[in-house]
Amino acid sequence: MGFLQFIWDGIWAVLSLGNFALIKILLIANIILITVSYLVYFERKISAWTQNRIGPNRVGWRGALQPFADVFKLLLKEDIVPEKANKPLHTLAPFIALFVAFSTYAVLPIGPAIQIGEETVNLVVADINMGILYVLALTSIGVYAITFAGYSSGSKYSLLGGIRSSAQMISYEVSMGFSIAGVVMMAESLSPIKIVESQSGLLWNALIQPIGFITFVVAAFAETNRLPFDLPEAEPELVGGFHTEYSSMKFAGFFLAEYANMIIASAMIITLYLGGWQIPYIETLNLGTTVTTILQISAFMVKMGALLFFFIWVRWSIPRFRYDQLMSLGWKVMFPLSLLNVVYVAVIIMLFNV
Amino acid sequence: MEQSIQPLENYIPIFLVLGFAAVFALAVIFSSKLFGPSRPNKVKLSPYESGKDPIGSIKERVSIKYYLVAMLFIIFDIEVIFVYPWGVQFKQLFGEFGIIAFLPMLWFLIVLELGFLYIYKKGGLKWD
Repeated sequence: MGFLQFIWDGIWAVLSLGNFALIKILLIANIILITVSYLVYFERKISAWTQNRIGPNRVGWRGALQPFADVFKLLLKEDIVPEKANKPLHTLAPFIALFVAFSTYAVLPIGPAIQIGEETVNLVVADINMGILYVLALTSIGVYAITFAGYSSGSKYSLLGGIRSSAQMISYEVSMGFSIAGVVMMAESLSPIKIVESQSGLLWNALIQPIGFITFVVAAFAETNRLPFDLPEAEPELVGGFHTEYSSMKFAGFFLAEYANMIIASAMIITLYLGGWQIPYIETLNLGTTVTTILQISAFMVKMGALLFFFIWVRWSIPRFRYDQLMSLGWKVMFPLSLLNVVYVAVIIMLFNV
Repeated sequence: MEQSIQPLENYIPIFLVLGFAAVFALAVIFSSKLFGPSRPNKVKLSPYESGKDPIGSIKERVSIKYYLVAMLFIIFDIEVIFVYPWGVQFKQLFGEFGIIAFLPMLWFLIVLELGFLYIYKKGGLKWD
């Protein structure tokens, strides 16, 4: 009995390490993986509806097992590393892409703190007070993945795609940083939890600072390399862009990272501008803690679904930018607008003392 | 608002996440070594060129514009970091000092914008 107790204490110590971090990591990583698979499926289905086609409908009920078939196909393919490639960098690039995509979610809260027995569990993996800096730092590392992939492949299409993509990503990172500054001023903190709490009621940042919201959303589209900003992989001119020379699971890695980045970008937009997991004025309904918490977590999921649909919708509605248009939009429009947003938020704070 | 210093325990989950992400990424990348075939040949290993023999190499010059963008990025992205500490404290500073808390940052942003306008005028943002 004493021995079993000892083992149980050991297991409990590992599980409860850092506010049940391990359980939350596994849970959220699995949620992201499943969401990614079905995001790909829905992207194909929605594109099919947009273009009046049927879309995948062979594997499983209405093609519902298609994502798994795709993964198994890629798993059984040969992993080709071209002769002229710089082999260590060629392997490092998808590693960085996946590493970034699967560690950024750590600071984004999906719900309020809940009480389980005596423990208070935050529904965020890591409650750190510089969470926004952590996200920005990891996003910047993500640029290396694409640069390395383009540089190391030994193919000119990859090189062009990689260089274009890194120039695009760093250009939009500047306006992204300045738009977040407006949010930080409202919340007086860099912690995502505090930022969500500062948007109680209808004080959503999207309503208070619409300019910052627009610049951030545009920057998020550019950072995730989604259409209308998917110049790095503009198929007609650059074949596959930076991942032309990737095959098998390394290609799947880039694919996975791209869709996971979409999920993280949506979560960032929700956290910073759309009130996170909050539902305006829900506390006036007196629903009890459990129901409220469940509703708030579902609110987060609903907002996430809406934003992901928005991402796909934009992709299949708007044509691709030309490269010079893309760069002038980033530097000549988005950057001054995001600077203006900082001044605007400061004036709002001074006028209304919110 | 008091910004208290957080205990270092709060960073344990971060390291767990980073470790988990690294293991997951390695597993994904090397899983195809386990399951996929490996039958390389010369044609398969050549760079992609729509089935023809590759023309040219990657050792060509890259447009100077990209270097310019990289430099502009370094200049302007560092300024973001100067705005954040002020932004976190702004409400408190405004409560204490009034508009004096805002004017220095306004001046800083104006100088930044002047530099940006200079680059614009000089054609540093032109792509043609």
